[in-house]
Amino acid sequence: MTHRGVDMVVAILIIALGGLVMYDSYQVGIGWESGPQSGYFPFYIGMLMTLASVVTLVQATVGGSTETFVDWPSFRRVLTVFVPAALFVAAIPYIGIYVAGALFIAAFMTFVGKYQVWKGLAVGAALSVVFFLIFQKWFLIQLPIGPLERALGY
Amino acid sequence: MLDALGSLLQGFEIALTWHNLLLMMLGIVLGVLIGVLPGLGGANGVAILLPLTFSMSPTSAIIMLSCIYWGALFGGAITSVLFNIPGEPWSVATTFDGHPLAKKGRAGEALTAAFTGSFFGAFVAIILITFMSPLIAKFALQFGPPEFFAVYLLAFCSFVGMSKASPFKTITSMMLGFALACVGLDSVSGNLRLTFGSNELMRGFDFLVAVIGLFGIGEILLSMEEKLSFHGGSAKLNPKVVLQTWAELPRYWVTALRSAIIGCWMGVTPGGATPASFMSYGLAKRFSRNGNNFGKGEVEGVFAPEIAAHAAGTSAMLPMLTLGIPGSPTAAVLLGGLLIWGLQPGPMLFIEQKDFVWGFIASLYISNLVGLIVVLTTVPLFAAILRIPFTVIAPIIIVICAIGAFTVANAYFDIMLMLLFGAIGYVFKKLDYPLAPLVLALVLGKSAEAAFRQAMITGDGNLLVFFSNPLVATITMLAIVMLLWPLITNAIATLRGPPNVAGVAKGE
Repeated sequence: MTHRGVDMVVAILIIALGGLVMYDSYQVGIGWESGPQSGYFPFYIGMLMTLASVVTLVQATVGGSTETFVDWPSFRRVLTVFVPAALFVAAIPYIGIYVAGALFIAAFMTFVGKYQVWKGLAVGAALSVVFFLIFQKWFLIQLPIGPLERALGY
Repeated sequence: MLDALGSLLQGFEIALTWHNLLLMMLGIVLGVLIGVLPGLGGANGVAILLPLTFSMSPTSAIIMLSCIYWGALFGGAITSVLFNIPGEPWSVATTFDGHPLAKKGRAGEALTAAFTGSFFGAFVAIILITFMSPLIAKFALQFGPPEFFAVYLLAFCSFVGMSKASPFKTITSMMLGFALACVGLDSVSGNLRLTFGSNELMRGFDFLVAVIGLFGIGEILLSMEEKLSFHGGSAKLNPKVVLQTWAELPRYWVTALRSAIIGCWMGVTPGGATPASFMSYGLAKRFSRNGNNFGKGEVEGVFAPEIAAHAAGTSAMLPMLTLGIPGSPTAAVLLGGLLIWGLQPGPMLFIEQKDFVWGFIASLYISNLVGLIVVLTTVPLFAAILRIPFTVIAPIIIVICAIGAFTVANAYFDIMLMLLFGAIGYVFKKLDYPLAPLVLALVLGKSAEAAFRQAMITGDGNLLVFFSNPLVATITMLAIVMLLWPLITNAIATLRGPPNVAGVAKGE
């Protein structure tokens, strides 16, 4: 996909979002009722957003760069961070942030960084213990925990 | 003048405790670490560490957080000089001469010049804050809602006028921030806005989550795409080199003063540290006797942008404290912190929370000196951290960001939002949408809207309320001038020189 193509798609998405903001504002009222109604301010925000993006869309269509937005090897590298990060986030409600974090760091070091498995596990586990001590013990901030922490009595 | 000095002395009594000094050191070290690591910067670093300060007194908390900010400013210089990687956007200009110097084996001189420049720039800005902020606060006490909204308008219009990005993309990004700020319960009418029936959205978007996602995750994705690999010179910094460089620096006093003034100006108006550093580098290059050697390794070329960047970063505190309008994303995060501690930034702060304000201002003097000493002594340590491969650093930073996003409101939903903001940040950066206006609009959205509504009520729904007295009319006019600034400069250029095709095409 070209740089121009992505620019246009994003502009169209923002135009749609601006329309949505205007629609929702219209629903709660954009008029005057002993003062501006709830939708008064956001309505104009949505309008400006839409108008500005229409100009961006036109500019991109007329004079945008036709270079590729991102080549495949680069995008693959982006995905090798984003996909595991998403899996890490998805795992948090089930196994807690500490275990999920340790596994994420270990897996990333092993598969992307080509470290030996034990090194990854060691770094991940050590950091999770440090985070656990800082948050759970010292600052008394409750982060999402899982079965492991519960088994240990937290 | 004398009033300010008296208050400042009292402030020193509040700030100068062992407890606060320790927090300063801790803050600076954490800050340099944040500045050195890719994906963590001043804004999201402070955002992540904000919850850790909730148990402290507001004065101690802001001292530590602002020290993290100074540390991040210092840290950006280390990576620029040693590895040619600007850790922060405002240190890009530092790489131009800093890295060539390092390649010649003169990294010590470059780093000393950078740190000393940072110290000098910040010092000038702090003096400005000390003497100007009481005056501005006093002046702002006469402000009503129309004046406040006009000041907000001025801040946002200067973004459009000063930004290098397309003005339309700047406006889009800003409006996105305002729209996100509207999500949730409207406190005036009790109506729900833009929630579309979702319970999670009722809380609204917290700007801290947005900052962590946009700047933290977004930056990691970008670094990964560019396949960052760190390799750079060693960082030896012995006292002899430091003293030699210090002996050389006074020669550049004209450059130093000019850069400090540019930095202060750009920091107070929300132009920011990044354009300030570029402008001061450009001017130093034009006026220096060694201008032709710039880019090949001139100490002056490191000195100038660092002074401007730090002066801008520091003076961004001035409008934040006196008007409640932050001059930079990091100042915006600090402002968010003040609100959480129950302190309403603005002119009343100088009357109701005198101890806090002056304790903070006094701490700026001390913390910059502490910062200079800390960075000069710990450079080798941080250079070693940079040799840890990115494949180890990246997942660790993502985990830290996730913890930071969660602690904002103890909500798992925020971690998912953070990822989403990360993806948005990546695409926006690639398409040249500026992120700072989005963050500022998200922070100020509620206050700006409240000021706008109250002003409209005073004016019975007529927009002319923003021209109803000389004060508000002047500010509004200034805002309009700033908004149209690109058009105005184009027009002047066309009038002066013979009209050429390129000029006409640009002026559309």
